[in-house]
Amino acid sequence: MKKILGILITLIVLYILTTIIGDNFLSPYNQEQLLKRTALYGLLAIGVSFVIITGGIDLSIGSVVCLVGCGVPWLVTQHQWSPTMAVMMAFVIAVAIGLWHGFLITKVKLQPFVVTLCGLLMYRGATRGFAEDKTQGFGTGYSELRELATGKLQITEQFGIPMPFLLLIGVGVLAWILLNKTIWGRYLFALGNNEEAARLSGINTDRMVTLSYVISSVLAALGGLLFILDGNSAQPSDFGNFYELYAIAAAVLGGCSLRGGSGTVVGVIIGAAVMQVLKNMINLADWLKSHMEFLIVGGVLLVAVVADELVKRRVKK
Amino acid sequence: MLVAQGVTKRFPGVVALQGVDLHVAAGEVVALIGENGAGKSTLMKILSGVQKPDEGNVSMEGQTLTGASVAEAQAAGIALIHQELNLADNLSVGANLFLGREPQRFGWIERKTIHRESAKYLAKVGLDVDPEFLLSGLSLGKQQLVEIAKALSTQAKVIIMDEPTSSLSQGEVETLFGVIRDLKKEGVSVIYISHRLAEVQELSDRVVVFRDGENVGELGPEEMTHDAMVRLMVGRDVSQLYQRTSHALGEVALTVSGLRTQVHPDKEINLEVRAGEVVGISGLVGSGRSEVLEAIFGMTPAVAGTVQSVLPKSPREAMAMGLAFVPEDRKAKGLILDLSVEENTSLASLKQEANGPFLNHGHEVALCEKMTTALAIKTPGPWQKARFLSGGNQQKIVLAKWLALSPSVLLLDEPTRGVDIGSKEEIYQLMEKFAREGMAVLFVSSELDEIMGMADRVLVMREGRLAGELDRADFSEEAIMTLATQSQS
Repeated sequence: MKKILGILITLIVLYILTTIIGDNFLSPYNQEQLLKRTALYGLLAIGVSFVIITGGIDLSIGSVVCLVGCGVPWLVTQHQWSPTMAVMMAFVIAVAIGLWHGFLITKVKLQPFVVTLCGLLMYRGATRGFAEDKTQGFGTGYSELRELATGKLQITEQFGIPMPFLLLIGVGVLAWILLNKTIWGRYLFALGNNEEAARLSGINTDRMVTLSYVISSVLAALGGLLFILDGNSAQPSDFGNFYELYAIAAAVLGGCSLRGGSGTVVGVIIGAAVMQVLKNMINLADWLKSHMEFLIVGGVLLVAVVADELVKRRVKK
Repeated sequence: MLVAQGVTKRFPGVVALQGVDLHVAAGEVVALIGENGAGKSTLMKILSGVQKPDEGNVSMEGQTLTGASVAEAQAAGIALIHQELNLADNLSVGANLFLGREPQRFGWIERKTIHRESAKYLAKVGLDVDPEFLLSGLSLGKQQLVEIAKALSTQAKVIIMDEPTSSLSQGEVETLFGVIRDLKKEGVSVIYISHRLAEVQELSDRVVVFRDGENVGELGPEEMTHDAMVRLMVGRDVSQLYQRTSHALGEVALTVSGLRTQVHPDKEINLEVRAGEVVGISGLVGSGRSEVLEAIFGMTPAVAGTVQSVLPKSPREAMAMGLAFVPEDRKAKGLILDLSVEENTSLASLKQEANGPFLNHGHEVALCEKMTTALAIKTPGPWQKARFLSGGNQQKIVLAKWLALSPSVLLLDEPTRGVDIGSKEEIYQLMEKFAREGMAVLFVSSELDEIMGMADRVLVMREGRLAGELDRADFSEEAIMTLATQSQS
């Protein structure tokens, strides 16, 4: 609780601020959109936080989002695959990408930054190749499949909880159990703090590190799938651009240290929410230019980490 | 020359130093001893300007230092040599000597000057290496001498050495002592921190004993007996540090045959340890002692050979054979510093006790409770991060982690390095207890005292091979050192 208190307060303050600034912020439609976008980015952020806990990094998330977001409609609309097969294929590829990253990092002993940077370039390049750089989408059909992203659990007449948010809660609970209640979670934290000592305690650290990259890629694929089902249009050249950075930013806001060994699922989800409320605030406030979004998001992130560092130092003293 | 008066330093919840006085005359070698946490390191940090005292002051040749910075202390002629050397491995010896204060002309580093000056200071410490030589190519002992040369090159008048011999072999220690004696002749003072009382006796003019942040006594050369020092440090009598009882040995519990390590692939190691036996491995630093243990445990897999009947490729495989390993560097390899005492204690046995993939929290709590009691681990609670415990307690947690698996063979690399004397005694008692209960214990130590005190049998290594073996009855420093150093015929 102590670990997420700071980010929780930040969220509440930003939420109240935005309520004051923007007239339509509290409208049911806007709140639904906010929940949905928090969920989509939150899924990516949970994925990357597993990697960050091991002390690694995954820069390929945005490109995996692109690969899946363009690849699934491409298979379905242009190659007449059944949606089920196409989605299964997407996850098989995501698992393969995670295993591949894990192999290169643990066995070939390359640095995670380099491996996933190459992934960032390659998966987007591959997508632009097979999709011939054309916009992909499901067109008007496949509304049942799209329900997965556009559907909602109606609460009142105007307001419903979007399906992706329910998925986020499901994935969040699973991730929480994995991290806090299983030996694998303990192993991840242990090796994130000190990989050598973990290995000497009989932990198969290579396998655990690989697992974290698989989780990251699979959640990136799930995110990519939901993004395309929701938006129904994906440009191979920019779909998912920078999403890995949003995910990493949310994870860091939520208390993951890039040095590894720390992080909480709830914190990361709140981190993702903070990012979305900020974006919303920038869009709603007339006096803030929306193309200055990165400046503001970057600034808030910086303030958050500086504050965290200062608090930590005080605690240490 | 150097005078500290009434130095007090408080940290939240702890008074690290309480009105401490210390004076050092020119050309004097003063030893500073005390258990871990007695305040030695804090005082050193204050003398060298790393930390500022809350009360009191430090003066050098009559001039009071503000205690503001390391640079100020350096300018006044005080140099600190850390236990873990502060050198850059990837640079040459000369570049290290002048790191951060390279002689320059128009922004270009003057390599010739560095070379000439380095050679001068290296000669002073009796080190015959080319200043162009890469530091990483030197042994730890020689690197230590480079540190001293570096201190001399800053015109240091007081050199503080924090456990300088903890990673040196006997021969290197002799060289270091020779250098210190030369420094003394030239009027340089040395403050020498050590856990090794024999060295203190041999080297120092005066010994200052710390306990609980206070200066509890000083001993002159005549009063500097082992017992007197220990009594002051511990505040009680430590009757006998090494207590071994004789008991019958069991079957052979560890068989290593034809083991070739990666560092010495051309040498074969064969050894056996019986249940209930304590075997020590002695030898100089670099003779391949640690490498043998690491290969047996699969940490750095051997090139060839077998342990029991297979060649362990990973620690997991070695653990499956009932082996446990307490590494030399507990902070880097033994513990997860940011996990709690409880989580560290259960780490190796998590899988055995888990319900499928799920943690068995009840068992973790029980295990931690049992181990903290059995090994007398002092911690404010099971939730405390391992980082905040003393060296001795940390070492006991590493032991506890392995005991949870009830191993049949315990491998220990420098089991009491950086551990205070009270904990040392406790660790020796535990080793004795494990052996009595039928465990086979194989340990590496640089301290001859420890080897001769604890081992039933000692294996002496030289240049990667087993140079010889001595039974307890034949133990003597001379016999071991002869085996460790005699040139190959």
